[in-house]
Amino acid sequence: MRQPLNLLLLFLQTVSIRVENLAKRYSSQWAVDRISFDIPKGEIVGFLGPNGAGKSTTMKMLTGYIPPTEGKAYMAGLDVEAQSKEVRSITGYLPEHNPLYLDMYIQEYLGFVAHLNGLTQVPKAIAQAMELTQIGSERHKKIGQLSKGYRQRVGLAQALIHSPEILILDEPTSGLDPNQVQEMRQVIKTLGQEKTVLLSTHIMQEVQAMCDRVIIINKGKIVADGGIASLQSQGQNRFTVWVEFSQALSIDDLQGLPHCERVESLGATQFRFHGHSLDLRSAIAERAKTHNWTVLEMRSESSSLEDVFRQLTA
Amino acid sequence: MYAIFLKEIRSFLGSLIGYIVMGVFLVLSGLFTWFIEGNNVFDLGIAGLPTLFGLAPYMLIFLVSAVTMRSLSEEKRLGTLETLTTRPVSDLGIILGKYGAAVALIAIALLPTLFYAYSIAQLATPIGNIDYGALWGSYFGLILLAASYAAIGLFASSTTDNQIVSLIISMVLSLFFFEVLSLLGDLDWLDKVGKSLEWFSLNFHYESISRGVLDTRDLLYFGGFITLFIAFTKTQFESRKW
Repeated sequence: MRQPLNLLLLFLQTVSIRVENLAKRYSSQWAVDRISFDIPKGEIVGFLGPNGAGKSTTMKMLTGYIPPTEGKAYMAGLDVEAQSKEVRSITGYLPEHNPLYLDMYIQEYLGFVAHLNGLTQVPKAIAQAMELTQIGSERHKKIGQLSKGYRQRVGLAQALIHSPEILILDEPTSGLDPNQVQEMRQVIKTLGQEKTVLLSTHIMQEVQAMCDRVIIINKGKIVADGGIASLQSQGQNRFTVWVEFSQALSIDDLQGLPHCERVESLGATQFRFHGHSLDLRSAIAERAKTHNWTVLEMRSESSSLEDVFRQLTA
Repeated sequence: MYAIFLKEIRSFLGSLIGYIVMGVFLVLSGLFTWFIEGNNVFDLGIAGLPTLFGLAPYMLIFLVSAVTMRSLSEEKRLGTLETLTTRPVSDLGIILGKYGAAVALIAIALLPTLFYAYSIAQLATPIGNIDYGALWGSYFGLILLAASYAAIGLFASSTTDNQIVSLIISMVLSLFFFEVLSLLGDLDWLDKVGKSLEWFSLNFHYESISRGVLDTRDLLYFGGFITLFIAFTKTQFESRKW
């Protein structure tokens, strides 16, 4: 018991979240299958994956809501199982679907949560959380009367009322309109300057807009882990060209082009070509010329995280 | 734990259903004790409240079940169980906070009936000449009975995310432990087995305490009963971890 503790103390300064072979089994199915990663202090990490990939389950284990079947996780050097209570007092958690007591007033609710955390200066904590999430103007409303955007902010406010070191946010922007999403991202980015943030999403732009790093999980396993730039470069030698012809063509007419890996039909006249080089474009133009097809529009689509995500989780 | 206790009391007193349930209890107990012919105070001519203490156990089954039906099931339905249990509070702390609030609320609902007791004392000749031992014994028994119902109700509430289902489970279990078990003692063909089973009924010990004699066996019974159902609740509450 002593030795791993000392080892962990070493990590304390730099590693905020440490996950070692963490796994969760629901009856016969492994929802999370022995994943490992380290998150340094002060990083905003996007936890990405299709629905049902195991994001929420991992977060539930990190916050102590459910115990892991196997493996270990440490938050700021504390074992999430053995030191669950300590972990919970330094962690802020916004669960999926943002559950709230609809018949409570914002101020009342935040007060309740502050007392649960054993805070002594409750009014100050409430004021701080409301300022960070900008809900002061609605403070006297019942949570049930709030718009979805404001509810989400209340959810965030309850997660950070006790100034936690680590924030675990499960789909913090889901169900918000584009303006609200923008605002929410701004709030999270501000928070990330001081805290370690692990947020889950299945939206790529979200990660690009907010995160330093992305961990992609699929079917309970980590399929990619790295900086945004390095992930994007994974897709760098792949290109897609989108073309619209004036007449209907069959996909067989377009097979066998040089530099072309695969053709995708998007309708009778629209196609997407996948290849390794942008010379693909001249090959398409050449083919059109010999057959006398008219090209109405052609554009190259740069490889994005979205493509990488699709490749990795397909 | 205290934060949860306060929140429960507030949310109950802030909801209409709280006042309706308490109102129904007071109106019914008042009607039966004073007005409805047959067993009211004036018909009986006894300086005591046998009608109140005879009826209250049955009315409390409904009252207590209604108080506890949402305590855990609502948290399940809303999903707030997740934000609650990921705070630095223990599961037992959450359960005891909710349990304490339920018992306190029922005690509040019973308070106005003290006015009936005062009235009886005034009606007695000479004034104030009533059996205080039996009166306080009955109140004490009623509180213990309500506390036992509350433990059943909390357990029922932990088994489902539906308030109505919780209410029904709670009422059925309460009726079973108060009435059905005690009726078994009257069945001749069960003989000794029935008598032993009767000992396990809430009614048996409630009546024993109501006589105004404090018997440690009764206290141990109620204490054990409540502890058992709190333990069931905790087990059920932690089933998310299985």
